[in-house]
Amino acid sequence: MSEAEPLLRIEGLTKAYPGVVANSDVSFSVGPGRVHALLGENGAGKSTLVKMIYGLVRPDAGRMQLNGAPYAPPNPNAARASGVAMVFQHFSLFDALDVAENVALGMENPPPRRALAQRIREVSQAYGLPLDPARTVGDLSAGERQRVEIVRCLLQSPKLLIMDEPTSVLTPQEVEILFATLRQLAAEGTAILYISHKLEEIRSLCDGATILRLGKVVANCTPAEVSARELAEMMVGQTLITPTRAAAEGGKVVLEVSGLSLRPATPFGTSLKDIGFSVRAGEVLGIGGVAGNGQDELLAVLSGEAPVAAGAVRVDGRDVGALGPVERRRLGLLAAPEERLGHAAAPDMSLTENAMLTGSGRMGLETRGFLDWRKARVFAERIIAEFDVRTPGPSHAARSLSGGNLQKFVIGREILQEPRVLVVNQPTWGVDASAAASIRQALLDLAARGAAIVVISQDLDELMEISDRFCALNEGRLSPPRPAKGLSVEEIGLMLGGAHDLEAAHGTA
Amino acid sequence: MDLSVISPAVLLASLMVAATPILLAAIGELVCEKSGVLNLGVEGMMITGAICGFAMAVETGSPLVGFLGAAAGGALLALLFGVLTQLLLANQVASGLALTLFGIGISALIGQGYRGVKPPPTTRLDLGPLSEIPFLGRLLFSHDWVVYFGLALTLGVWLFLRYSRAGLVLRAVGESHDAAHALGYKVVAIRFAAIAFGGACAGLGGAYLSLVRVPQWTDGMTAGAGWIALAIVVFGSWRPGRILLGAYLFGGMTVLQLNLQAAQLPVPVEVLSMSPFVLTIVVLVIMSAGRGRASTAAPAMLGRVFHASS
Repeated sequence: MSEAEPLLRIEGLTKAYPGVVANSDVSFSVGPGRVHALLGENGAGKSTLVKMIYGLVRPDAGRMQLNGAPYAPPNPNAARASGVAMVFQHFSLFDALDVAENVALGMENPPPRRALAQRIREVSQAYGLPLDPARTVGDLSAGERQRVEIVRCLLQSPKLLIMDEPTSVLTPQEVEILFATLRQLAAEGTAILYISHKLEEIRSLCDGATILRLGKVVANCTPAEVSARELAEMMVGQTLITPTRAAAEGGKVVLEVSGLSLRPATPFGTSLKDIGFSVRAGEVLGIGGVAGNGQDELLAVLSGEAPVAAGAVRVDGRDVGALGPVERRRLGLLAAPEERLGHAAAPDMSLTENAMLTGSGRMGLETRGFLDWRKARVFAERIIAEFDVRTPGPSHAARSLSGGNLQKFVIGREILQEPRVLVVNQPTWGVDASAAASIRQALLDLAARGAAIVVISQDLDELMEISDRFCALNEGRLSPPRPAKGLSVEEIGLMLGGAHDLEAAHGTA
Repeated sequence: MDLSVISPAVLLASLMVAATPILLAAIGELVCEKSGVLNLGVEGMMITGAICGFAMAVETGSPLVGFLGAAAGGALLALLFGVLTQLLLANQVASGLALTLFGIGISALIGQGYRGVKPPPTTRLDLGPLSEIPFLGRLLFSHDWVVYFGLALTLGVWLFLRYSRAGLVLRAVGESHDAAHALGYKVVAIRFAAIAFGGACAGLGGAYLSLVRVPQWTDGMTAGAGWIALAIVVFGSWRPGRILLGAYLFGGMTVLQLNLQAAQLPVPVEVLSMSPFVLTIVVLVIMSAGRGRASTAAPAMLGRVFHASS
C-alpha cells in the first residue's frame, strides 16, 4: 500500500485479560477504499482488536489514528461519530422491534420515523438490499437480518466499515450480492475491515490481509497472490491436513425419517413440513440451508427434544418418535446442537459436569443410580486430550472456553460415545480452519467405523467436503437427497432457494 | 336486597378512585419490566410509600409533600433492589420477594407512632362549572389531583414508550441487553432509572391508599394491591392501555362488590371479596390468550441477569 495517507493506522495495540494476552503489539493500516482482511484462528485476537477499534474495549497500550488524527473512542457512540461502523458476527438486533427501530438504535441522531423509513428504502434499494422498514426483525430470514445491520451502518455513511464473519449465514447468491455491495462501497471510498474464516472469499474480495496468531501479527500479504492453503497455514503456523476418508460402501439403513411434520414451539420458529430421508451405516448426509429454515427444529426432532408422531423417526427399524433424548441416547442416537452455550453445554458448569450430562448413560458414568465423578473426569480429560481442547483443565467452566474450543469439546463428547447415529448442527460454526479440519476428520472417522451421520450446516464447502449425499432445507421442507459428488455451487444455491428477493447492486459494482 | 341504593355516577366515580393506586403501581412496574427487570417487590414498595407518604403528610400538614415523600421512599427501596440485582447480580425473583417482606416489616416499624392518626385531607381539584355537569361532572370532574395524575402518567408512559427515542432505547435494553450493550447503551444505568421510576410510582400508589382512599395508617394496609398490579402488567400484555383497563376493572369490581355487600346480596361475603381478583384476571387472560403478537409481548430479557463480560 503506497497511497498517501491511510484511513486507519494502528500502532502497537496491546490488550491483556487476566491470564491471556489477547493482542500484543498489533500494527497495521487500512487505506480509504481498500478491503482489508483480518485473519486468524479462534482466539487469535481478531474480535478483541475490532472491539477496540469500535470502542467496546479499551487498549492497554498502543495508538490508533483515523484520518491522521489520534483516535481513541471511549465507547461505540464515539466510534460511530467518527465514522466507524460495525456489522457484528452475532447479530446485534432486537427481534421484537421493527426494522426502522433497529436501525434507529444504531444511529447517533436518527431522523423522525417517517424520514428514516424513507432513507432506509432509498439506501437499501441503492445497494441492492431491499428492506421493508415496518417489518418485525424476528420474522426476517438470516440474510435479511444481516441486511438490516448493513443498512444501519450504511445510513451513517461510514468511512470505515468493520464486518465480523458476515457471510456465514448466507446462500452463495446472497454472498455474491453482498460482495457487489461491498465493492461498490469500496469504490466510493469506504475502507472495509473484513473478518472471515472463508479463505476463498477473502482471496476474491480483499486487497490486503493481516494475519494474527496468538494475538500477534505474523504476516501481511495480498490474498489474491497466495493460495487459500498458504493463508490457512500462515494462520495456524503449521501444515494443514485436508480431511480424507476411505471410500465406504453404504451399509444398512440406520436412521429413517418419514412424514415428519412439526409446528414451531416458539413464535419466531419454522414449522417442519413432511420431511423424509434415511441414512445408512457409514454414510454422511449433509443438510444445507440458510439459518432459520428449520435446522434447529429438525435437530430437536432428531435428538428427542421435540416429540413427534409415532413412526416418524426410526433407528435400526425401531420407532423412537415418542422417546425422549435419554432413551434415544441409550439406543445410540446422539445429537450436538448448534448453540454451544446453553444448549449443547451448560455454561456455568464445569467440563466434567458437562461430560457427565450427556455421557452418563453410554459411558457407564453411573453405578446403581449414583454418579461416578471420577470416571466423568477421566472421560472429560479424554475428550480434552483427543480433540485438542485448549483449557487449563476439566474443572473449568464451559463458559470460559473460546467458541472453537468448546465446539471441539461438545463434538468430541458425542463422538467418543461411539453413537450409532450422530446428528450435528453447525459442527464448525465459528471454528478456525485447523480445528474445523480436525472436527470434520473426526466425523469422517466415526462414519468409517460404521456410524450414520447427519450434518446440518450452512457452510456449503464443509458439506461438499464430507457428505456422501446432500439435501437442502428450505422453509421447513427438505429437498430429495442428491449425491454430493458433482454438485455445482449454482445447483446447490438453487436447491437452497436461491437468493430470495435479492437483486444485484445498482450503479457501478 | 335493594339495588336501587347503588347510584351509577357515584359507583363509577369511586371506581376511578379505587383503581388509582393499582394503576400507579402497575404503570411503574410496566416501565421497569420493559427495561427487562422483573421487580416482584411492588407490594413492599407500595406499603413503604404508604407509610412514608402518611408520615410526611402528617408531619408537614401538606398532602403534596406526603406524596413526594412516598415517591422518594418507594424509589429508595427500589434502588436497594437495583443495587442487589444490577450491581451484585442477585436473582431478581428472590430479591423482589425479599423486598416485599422487607417493605412490610419496615413500614410497620415506621408506622408505630401513626396508628389512629388522621392525615391532612387531599383536596378535590376545583374544576369550577365542569363539576356541575350532571352525571359526567360527578363522574369525571370531581376528583383529587392524583386521579388525574395517574391518567396523565399512563398517557405519558404510552407516548414515551411508543414515540420517544429514550423509550425506544428502554425497550431495546429489555429486548436484548447484549445487543444494546454492543451498540453502546448503558444497560445498567438505564435499568437503574427504570427501577427507580417503578419504585416511585408504587410509592405514590401506596400513599394514595393511606392518604386518600382509607385514609389512615394500619399495618399491611396495601393488602395485595401490589400483587394485583404485577398481575395486571403481565395479563395486560405490557401495554399501558390494557393496564388502565385492568386497573379500572379491578377498581370497579372492588367498589361494586362493596356496594353489593351493603345491598345485602344473598351471596357469601367471601365470594364477593374475591370477585375483583377473579374477574380481572379472567378478563385479561382471555384478552391476552389470543394468538399473534399479544401473547409474545413479554420483554425477551425479563428477569435475566446482565453482565458486560463479553
